[in-house]
Amino acid sequence: MKSDRLGGSTGLSGPVFLASALFAGMVVQLAAPAQGLAQDAEAGKVVYDLWCAECHGVNGAGDGPAAASMLPRPRDFTQARYQIRRTGSGQLPTDDDIRAAIRDGLPGTTMPGWPNLSARATEDVIAYLKSFSRFFGMGDPPQPMELGTDPGGGPAAIESGAAAYLALECEACHGPSGRGDGVSAPTLEDWRGFPIRAADLSEVWLFNGGSSVDDIHTRVLTGLDGTPMPAASDAMNAGVVTPEEVWALAHYVASLGPSQAPPLNEVVRVGRAEAGLPGDGDADSWGQAEAFYFPLGGQVIEPPRNFAPTVDGVWVQGLHDGNDVALRIQWNDPSRSPDPSWDEWQLKVSETLDMDGAFDLDASLAAVDAEITEDEPRGDAEGEVPRYPDRFYVQFPFEIPTSSQRPYFLMGDARNPVYLWTWDSEQGVGAARGRGLASAEELPEDAVAGQATWSEGRWTLYVRRALVPDPEADGITFAEGATIPVAFQAWDGSSGETERRSSISTWYYILLEPPASNRVVVAPMIAMLLTGAFGLVLVRRAQGGD
Amino acid sequence: MRFDYRSRVAAALLTGVLYAACGGSDGGDADAGNGESGGEAAAEVAAIDPSTVGTISGTINFSGDAPAMEAIDMSAEPDCAAGFGDEGPMMQSVVVNGGGLANVFVYLSAGVMDAPAPYGAATLDQTNCRYAPHVMGVQAGQTIEITNSDNLLHNINATPTENRGFNISQPRAGITSRQSFAVAEVMVPLRCDVHGWMEAFVGVVDHPYFGVSGDGGMFTISNVPAGTYTMTAWHEQYGTMGMEVTVTAGETTMADFDHMGLQMAGHLVGEPLVIHHGSDEVVFNRAQQ
Repeated sequence: MKSDRLGGSTGLSGPVFLASALFAGMVVQLAAPAQGLAQDAEAGKVVYDLWCAECHGVNGAGDGPAAASMLPRPRDFTQARYQIRRTGSGQLPTDDDIRAAIRDGLPGTTMPGWPNLSARATEDVIAYLKSFSRFFGMGDPPQPMELGTDPGGGPAAIESGAAAYLALECEACHGPSGRGDGVSAPTLEDWRGFPIRAADLSEVWLFNGGSSVDDIHTRVLTGLDGTPMPAASDAMNAGVVTPEEVWALAHYVASLGPSQAPPLNEVVRVGRAEAGLPGDGDADSWGQAEAFYFPLGGQVIEPPRNFAPTVDGVWVQGLHDGNDVALRIQWNDPSRSPDPSWDEWQLKVSETLDMDGAFDLDASLAAVDAEITEDEPRGDAEGEVPRYPDRFYVQFPFEIPTSSQRPYFLMGDARNPVYLWTWDSEQGVGAARGRGLASAEELPEDAVAGQATWSEGRWTLYVRRALVPDPEADGITFAEGATIPVAFQAWDGSSGETERRSSISTWYYILLEPPASNRVVVAPMIAMLLTGAFGLVLVRRAQGGD
Repeated sequence: MRFDYRSRVAAALLTGVLYAACGGSDGGDADAGNGESGGEAAAEVAAIDPSTVGTISGTINFSGDAPAMEAIDMSAEPDCAAGFGDEGPMMQSVVVNGGGLANVFVYLSAGVMDAPAPYGAATLDQTNCRYAPHVMGVQAGQTIEITNSDNLLHNINATPTENRGFNISQPRAGITSRQSFAVAEVMVPLRCDVHGWMEAFVGVVDHPYFGVSGDGGMFTISNVPAGTYTMTAWHEQYGTMGMEVTVTAGETTMADFDHMGLQMAGHLVGEPLVIHHGSDEVVFNRAQQ
């Protein structure tokens, strides 16, 4: 068993793992009792090598070629430490647990669901996954915990659940509003020492183990092995909370956000505020404006790439009064950067993530690498950890397009620049011209104004400008009824995001609603058509290596 | 305050080296799992015949200048911080007093032929946001009672590699969790994710012949059957040292580990260093840096 032990103890040592995983695999093959399910680990290997090994590694150690750019890291099967289980803390998962994880994936991570993998292939790959760890060959088969049944939700349950949230001190990591901004959030690590975020509980649809009340209840009682999320089973047994209160907690957490991804709208509809524009981001009058959700993804086209962005979506509202337009933009970010308490986090993220590899290793991109000039880090006199501010850009084309032609979505290029509303947590709101990523050139004459506030893991940015720019300024005109392309970009300074390392959206549209006319109906349809055309252009560009 | 995950990996590496070097005690094919069956301690303890056993006693002598103890920033938990004097809370990783190094796990790593079943429970407390003790030993299968004496949230996240781990929350004072590790493993790290500075190490061995050096570096291992053994000392930063030790019935064998800490002084790079210390052979396995 020596080599097996060594492999188990070395954590990150690839070659030793290789030997040990192979060895462990053989042991299990010999020792595993024949189970009722017809599973064929040999056949499973073929499936695994084809679909799983790229991330999880050929030896199941979670160290495939793509793993280095991922946070959280892919599962290491050699230790059989499975996050999503219905068994108790530290216990092996059941086959049902593994099957569900393969079928549904782990939302909020890079693990996709494989609903179209055949039942045959799924069973085979389960057998192969289990062969990576000797733990599966030992003892009795794992049994699910007795989890009880949901006594039901409703306002009273949600109130009781909010009290349980406090009693179990969930806010230590998840924060008072559940946005992952707890005091302990910056120091969290997975079992191998990689940084890991406390889940943003307002993004229910991205919960690793599923978004149903039943799923949440199970996660609370079983914990997520390999992560800092503990099982509350002992606390419940000790009477800190009753079993009913744990169900109530699940209802409360489920109430913190939508269980399905918010519907994607192509157009931010900016209504006319007859009673005047809200004066800031906290004004009650924002309640009259519809909120539109736009997903953001890591910028992975140009290095340094961002495969694990902090900001994954943004809510946008707009109002205008015929003279000015105002936007309220909200996004979740657990850190109010720059913040020294996140220094250690930033260091670990930078050390952990491979930002230059994996996606595209063309020599042409190496040339882009060479051109990168990082901002001088601000705010750190000691000079040890660079501290960056949080940032947000709202991007428009400089020329309102009359066709489907728009500037390159990554802040335009030399021929087709973009007009930017910029915000920086240290320097406030401004305007700029962009000619490609990390190329914002200030437009000091522009009269755009606003401010942002951060509260419990969420930024609220308020931006306002006249519809018609000052003649001195080099801005664009927001005409009522015109459909203007818009895109968004966000940075979390405390995760080392600066310059090209950011979250981005593709182009969407903003429409200032005119006095009622049929254009309101037609414009979104045109917009959808334009988006489709843009998609084609984008694909062709990508294929052409442009 | 800095917590380098690589040092933990280094410790894990050492653990592996140690197993390979010492041959370990067999456990790989045992039923590895953490159970919560607290009442499994052997009902009958085999009576110890004092004419067949002896005692090993010694000191972990630190070599070189002891590094300053690292302060813990406990400002996030004022109730815990209030439990310490003017100096404030300190990390327990390197505690040197009078030239002796505390928190070193010392155990017989080879030569034990037979061992009694585990008896009674070992205890681990969480008090003032620190583990007490910081380093402890248990016998494989022995129940560990983990108690929270702080009236705030701790989680106990055990990440062994030979055993099944666990991660349980104790949001209030007075909660006790019972866990065990089924097979030998030196060492099992435990941490509290709420308080990043809280770390403990549990040495799991197949027999009761282990000890942990206290303040001043003294350790004692009692009731050891007469015989010749390999004894290993483990420290979370300075790695491991081993020596041969012969126990005579009815006597106390003195066996000091000298020069612990030398590994870090830059003298030893690469190969393990063997120092002849009297009639003993002392082997340094350098911590990975």
